[in-house]
Order: sequence, then C-alpha cells, then structure tokens
Amino acid sequence: MSLAHDAHVAVRPTAVAQRPTRTWPEVNNPAAWIVAVILLIMPLIASGFFLIEIFASTLILGTIALSLMFLAGYGGMVSLMQLTIAGFSAYMVAVFGVSGNANISLGWPWWLAVPMALALATAFGTLGGALAVRTEGIYTIMITLAIGAAFYYFTNQNWAIFNGHTGINTVATPHFWGVNWRADIPFYYIVLAVAALCYFAVEYLSRAPFGLALQGVRDNPRRMAALGFNVNAHRVAAYAFASFVAALAGVLQVWNYRQISPGSVSVGACIDVLIIAVVGGITRPIGPFIGALIFVLLRTFALDFLVRIGLDGNRFRLLIGLGFLAIVFWSSDGVIGLWQRWRQRQRPRTDRPGGGRGHG
Amino acid sequence: MSRFVERHPAWALISIIAIAIMLWLIFATWPPGLEQAVGRKRVFLNAVFNGITLGGLYFLVASGFTLIFGLMRNVNLAHGSLYLFGGYVGYAISASTGSWVLSFIAAFILTALVGVLLQVIVFRRMEGQDLRQTMVTIGLSIVFADLMLWACGGDFYQIQTPNWLIGPVELPLITAIKSSGEPVYLRYPSVRLVIFAASVVIGVAMWLALNRTRIGMIIRAGVDDRDILAATGVRIQLVFVLVFAFGAGLAGIAGVVGGTFQSLSPGEDIRFLLASLVVVIVGGMGSIPGAALGALIIGLAEQLGSVYIPTYAIVVTFLIMVLVLAIRPQGLLAGR
Repeated sequence: MSLAHDAHVAVRPTAVAQRPTRTWPEVNNPAAWIVAVILLIMPLIASGFFLIEIFASTLILGTIALSLMFLAGYGGMVSLMQLTIAGFSAYMVAVFGVSGNANISLGWPWWLAVPMALALATAFGTLGGALAVRTEGIYTIMITLAIGAAFYYFTNQNWAIFNGHTGINTVATPHFWGVNWRADIPFYYIVLAVAALCYFAVEYLSRAPFGLALQGVRDNPRRMAALGFNVNAHRVAAYAFASFVAALAGVLQVWNYRQISPGSVSVGACIDVLIIAVVGGITRPIGPFIGALIFVLLRTFALDFLVRIGLDGNRFRLLIGLGFLAIVFWSSDGVIGLWQRWRQRQRPRTDRPGGGRGHG
Repeated sequence: MSRFVERHPAWALISIIAIAIMLWLIFATWPPGLEQAVGRKRVFLNAVFNGITLGGLYFLVASGFTLIFGLMRNVNLAHGSLYLFGGYVGYAISASTGSWVLSFIAAFILTALVGVLLQVIVFRRMEGQDLRQTMVTIGLSIVFADLMLWACGGDFYQIQTPNWLIGPVELPLITAIKSSGEPVYLRYPSVRLVIFAASVVIGVAMWLALNRTRIGMIIRAGVDDRDILAATGVRIQLVFVLVFAFGAGLAGIAGVVGGTFQSLSPGEDIRFLLASLVVVIVGGMGSIPGAALGALIIGLAEQLGSVYIPTYAIVVTFLIMVLVLAIRPQGLLAGR
C-alpha cells in the first residue's frame, strides 16, 4: 500500500478547485499570451544558432520530456524509456527513408517513412508499457531503464539494421512546395507547431474523461478497479499516447541533427530526459519545456561559464547532477513548484493551500 | 523443491529436461554430427564456463542490490557507481602495494563507508519515499560518474592478476578426442575458477547468515514488515546502516573482481547496473537465491549468445527478462 501511495506524484486538490470552468487555462493568463507571441516571432529576434541550437532543441527535448511528464504526472508511472522510443522512431526514419548509408536505408519518401516510423515507435512503446504495467510503482523505473539500456547496447552491437556504433548519417530532410523544410526558419516553425500540438493535446487529455480516469488510477488503482475501470488498459493507453508524442519528437530530432547513432539513445541521455522533466516540474505540462530550456542553456553555456569562473569546463554533468539533486531534495515539483511557493509568499493569504508537497 | 514439483509438474519436467541436456552437453564426448552442426565442443565449453563465472560476478553485484532493495525498498541506481568505485580503489591499492588480497579488503571497507555515508546523510532523511530515493540515487550516480571521470580519466584499467593465479588449469572435461585416440582436456584460467568459487562461498555464507543467525533473522523480519520490527525494539536504523554498508561493500568487491576479469572504464557502472537490474528482475526482487539463479541464467545467456548469435546477444538477455515478466512478474524465486 505504501508503494501505491508513494508512486503517485503531486495530488493537488486545490489546483483543481482553482479552475472551475472547463476552458483552456491559458486563455485568461496574460503570461501565456506573451510567451506564445514571443515564440511566434522568435525568428525575428534570434538568428540561426540560437534559433536551432537553443530554441528548437529546447522544444524537441521538451516534447520528449512532456511524454514522460504525462506518464509520471498523470499516470504515476516514471518511465525512463521515453528517449528510447524517440530514438527508435528516429532510427526508423533513417532506416525507411533516405540516408547516406544506402545499404541500410530503404529510400522511401519522407511522407511514407515518417508515418511508418511513428507507427512502429508507438507500437514499440506500447509493448514496453504493457510489460512495465505488469509490475507497479518503483519497479516501472527498473524495467523501463532495462529496456532503454538494452536498446542502447543492441544498437551498438547490431550492424544489419542500426549500423553499429557509427549509426546512420546524412539522413535526408523533406523538401516540398519549393521549401527546404530543414532550413532554419521553416524547421523552427515545424518544431514549434509539433511541440504546441503535443502540449495542448496533453493539456486537453488531462481534463478529458480518459485523463481524469488515469489520474484516478494513479491515486488509487484499487478503488478505480472496484468502480469498474480497467486499470491496466488505462495505463497501457497512456503509454501508447506518450509513445506517440515521443515518436514525433524523435522524427524532429533526426531531422535536426541529420544523423542518429547509439550515443543519442544512451542511458545517460534517457536519464537526462527524467532530469529535464523533474527539474521543470512533473505536475504541469509546461514544466518539461522549462526544464528543457534550463538544460539546453546549461549544456550550451556551462563550458564557457565554468572556464570563466576558473573551473574545469568538462564538469558539465557534475553541475547537472548537483542541480538535479538539489531540486529533488528541496522542491518535489521542480522549478514551477519553487515559483509557485515564491508567489504565495509574496501575497500572504489566509486561505493559502497548505502542505501540498507532492511525492517529497 | 518437492512442493514446486507438485504444484508445477510441467515446469519441473521442462527444467529437469533442460538441466539434463545441459549436463550431457558438458560431460559427454560430442558425436561428429553435432560438432558439424553447432561447432567445436571446446568453444561451447568455454562459453559455458565464461557464462558461469560471469554469473558469479553478476551475483556479487546483484546480491548487494537485492539485499538493499529487500530491506529498505530503496532501488539504489547508484549501485553501478559503487561497483566502479570499488574497482578503482582496488586498482589503486593493487598498483601501489602489489597485493591483490589487500585490494579486496580496501575496496570493501571504502565502498562500505560510502554506503554508510549515503544511508546516514541521504536516505535516512527520506525514508518511506521510494520514488524520491530512487531519483536521488539517479542524481548521485551522475555525480559519482563525473567525479570518477575527473579523478581517473577515461582510460581502461586492469587489475594485475597475482602470480599464483596466472595460467590455465586442466579440468577433467573432455573437449575432443585426437585421431590417436588420446582425449583432450579443457584448459581454463585458474583465476576465473577461484573467483567463481569465492562468489559461491560468499553466496552460501550470506544464505547461512540470513537463515541461521540472529542478525539474519532481524533482517528477514525487516524484509517482511519493518514497522513491526521497529516496534519490537530492534534498532532498525542500525540494521539499515549495516545492511547498506554490506551491500555496498559487496559491490566494491565485485568491482575488484570485474577489474581483474575484464577492465574498468567509465560506462562500466551503467553496464553493471543494467546487469543487476535484469538479474534482480529475473530472479525476484529482494531474494538472495533469486539473485543467484538470475545471475547464472543471465551470465550463461550473455556468453552463449555472444558466441552463437553475436549481433543479437543482448536481445537474448532482454527476451529472458520479457518472458519472466510475462509469466511470473514478481520474478522466478520471489517470496510473494
């Protein structure tokens, strides 16, 4: 019983009470409109490097982490294989589509290769999820980590499909309607559109009957089973949806780097996705994107920063690890939690929701 | 055992047949037809022995992992880092003093100390919050991995095998018959056999300590229900610290063993973490005999797989895990 109680993340009855109407919560929030406008006119502000390396990377990583947030936040299942699913989808785009490794790639056009990759990756993630739901809570982490690690070693060993540790290079990107969609500005808008689609899909699902039932399953699987809900079917369906989101991000990732290799699906990278989601906060869909922005900024600028303050520039992962530890120790719902607590302290109210510490 | 046969006659029959075939393959002289179909018997025997000794190493790593999990419900994902740390300590000691045995002692003590520190400083503060503890161990494994990369660099290290263990030993197992009718016996590195024997001794000692001593009784009671155990007046925190120290120390010893057998480098921590995860999932969480069985199965599968189907070896390991999860989600030898 302690397992079931502990595995779920934050239950915030107050947060539900705050939005009585079933409208989009973003509509009445001026900050959300400002962020949306900034994101839309970003190509006017930022140039190539910032646009792709910072913002597009953030959105892609954020989308992968969003799929983990959906599973962990609403389903109570911390899955470490979301990056593996994205990587699988990326590999499938490279294998079915056009790439520099002609002996492996089948050379399908992108509009055939991408749906194929999405379908296969979703099936892969759903199967993995069906395995993981056979056990509960803490075991999910172990099984999904084992799946992710097995996939990493498999891609390293297998030369027939995955081309071993060199991976598949110069993957073709789509050109149609006279536009090179991998050019910086069109690509940024594709990434933004996909990320926004996934964000709103998660936001919508969390309030749709399926999402509510899933949150019920997270909080008390036994009671939901007694009410007639098929607990495992809900969990597997959640895995299927999250796999699709991750697979979409995987397609974007392989188009972004134009290559895929086992290094991109390593265990460290799988754990990075968990770090992104937890640092951002796994109670709200916006959390993973905030976490991804922090992560990408650190990854890009930590080297310069560390050298400037007189430290070894290679200690980026140490910084990431310590930051993650600090977040896990002091704020169980990540940066958003810190922000909310700070705002609550700014305007003292008598009806302040107390003691909403999630799984921490 | 007899209860298992009564309750699952089909499974018992299948396992008996599998064991019998395995024994025949190991002890009999292979008929020429089989050698043509499968390959030389020497290759097969070597793979089996490598698998069993690798299983011994996996058992050393996974038993500490499963012991900690069984008592404290703490999925210690930094266990691989403890393994690598023990290996580096063992390398440093063996390189500076030249004593192989001393490197085991030092690795055990130092990793056990790290374990004590982890339990006292970190995990005691978040008792009963499984998910948060696991997240913390993930963070710790990243920090440890980077600190060790900082201190030791990305090179490969191998711990020097002591002189008295260098060289092969001849085993009374016939690999082939020469044309002159003279049998050829299997030659196998003695250091691996010694290490395997040591891991069996450690396993049996652990089993005896858990089942025949007072502290073992306390630990078993803690696995079943730690709240009631604490209520009976046992100093549960002390037991936790001791068990964590012992489990971590085992990982450290395993690091020295792994550094002698194979090599130490960044990335080995993840490999052995994965191995212990799979071993524990297959064998059953929190069960020492389960860890032994799982380690044997995974070690054999990995070595036989890498000999006969090289590019799909990892898939065999993974399929075993999937099969166990599908048939018996709690693991082969789990209590519940």
